[in-house]
Amino acid sequence: MVEYFLTHIWPILSIFVHSLAVLVLLLVAVAFLLLLDRKIWAAVQLRRGPNVVGPFGLLQSFADLLKFVFKEVIIPSGANKFIFIIAPFVTCTLALAVWAIVPISEGWEVANLNLGILYVFAISSLGVYGIIMGGWASNSKYAFLGAMRSTAQMVSYEVSIGFVLITVLLVTGTLNLTEIVNAQKSEYGMFGWYWLMLFPMFVVFFISALAETNRPPFDLPEAESELVAGFMIEYSSTPYLLYMLGEYVSITFMCALTTILFLGGWLPIFDIAPFTWIPGFVWFILKSVGVFFMFGMVKAFVPRYRYDQLMRLGWKVLLPISMAMVVIVATVIFAFDLYPNVATA
Amino acid sequence: MMATIKQTINSLFLREFVSAFFLTMRYFFTAKPTINYPFEKGPLSPRFRGEHALRRYPNGQERCIACKLCEAICPAQAITIEAGPRRNDGTRRTTRYDIDMTKCIYCGFCQEACPVEAIVEGPNFEYATETREELFYDKDKLLENGDKWEQQLAKNIELDAPYR
Repeated sequence: MVEYFLTHIWPILSIFVHSLAVLVLLLVAVAFLLLLDRKIWAAVQLRRGPNVVGPFGLLQSFADLLKFVFKEVIIPSGANKFIFIIAPFVTCTLALAVWAIVPISEGWEVANLNLGILYVFAISSLGVYGIIMGGWASNSKYAFLGAMRSTAQMVSYEVSIGFVLITVLLVTGTLNLTEIVNAQKSEYGMFGWYWLMLFPMFVVFFISALAETNRPPFDLPEAESELVAGFMIEYSSTPYLLYMLGEYVSITFMCALTTILFLGGWLPIFDIAPFTWIPGFVWFILKSVGVFFMFGMVKAFVPRYRYDQLMRLGWKVLLPISMAMVVIVATVIFAFDLYPNVATA
Repeated sequence: MMATIKQTINSLFLREFVSAFFLTMRYFFTAKPTINYPFEKGPLSPRFRGEHALRRYPNGQERCIACKLCEAICPAQAITIEAGPRRNDGTRRTTRYDIDMTKCIYCGFCQEACPVEAIVEGPNFEYATETREELFYDKDKLLENGDKWEQQLAKNIELDAPYR
């Protein structure tokens, strides 16, 4: 009986508890990041931002949550009801699912997958479905246009993200996120991380991450002046909340992924005394929030791209750069015999 | 040729992006001009034309002598006055002094027309009501306003006097 419990029930229970912990912490973090986003935007525009609910407006996101939940769900009469309702769940669930493999610190993840990067790629590609389902099921031309734009944009930028990931794989020789972080450990501290070594890819990844998450300056799918809210226009109440949540969760995920791939995850900036005292997860959070700050700042100071400019940037600028970098990195590794020594687990 | 290379380098290293970042960072830390309204208020000129008030003399006597100049000059015809009979001391007083605040355009002509500084527009602008009827001010309401705001009204008139 005890043996059965240990082999069959305990692992499931453990995963359940882990997932719950990640979920709760993540959602609370997203609530505060949303506020941070608004605060940054306001500060740049010389406004104060939300400051009424709670001290410094800290509880604003929770007030918004309550407001969303208590509003009436409106379903358009021509909408495909089933798909209309299920679409935001798809987006939200997929956005949350990728967080299963993010190592906050050494060993602090729900699942330590050996094919972590592949999992990330698979799940984030599926994210498009939630959007296109929502846009189509709304039976509205604006929602449909928004969904089409969003899909085209996400598909185009996923290609360059793929190439960025491939360069990182070439350098580290592993698909495991924990090992990718460990591969960045060196005596040079923060200068040994990949942001310096693969600087062009770091920039390409950052730009593609903005486009992938539909953040300004690539927020054409929900271009406020023309499409109001893009594919979300017919949504209200909790389904809308789920879309917003999914969007912000994937933004935080992109920040976390940037941290893991290029900013050395939980590694301290220098491997010497005062920095090593700070626990790994604090470093991780600091770096991720730093990347998020950049996301917020970009929203505040970059004007929105036109649709053809967006496509030009994706296919004619970022894609050639990232492809060239893959070739260059591979050549350098081959020519100087710099193969990563893969720890065969 | 040089221009093309320069342009390419600028766009490759995101030069404009970086300079925009530092520009916005400068704005990020400057003081915010927002006034947190119900808790903080902006300064008001002594000439500010807000809610009306009927003033009294220090001895408590009404200033208004029912000359109806304000009623005559009011471009929105918001003021209605009825004068009482001449009293033993040779003066007149109003029996009715109504201002329809929904008609008033806050031009301040009534205040300028008044020979005895009886009707004035005070510094108060927070008198929103829940019903329309509450904005039909009568004499009692206006005198009450006068008693309530007298200190500030007197001070504003004094400050503005050199420019009249």
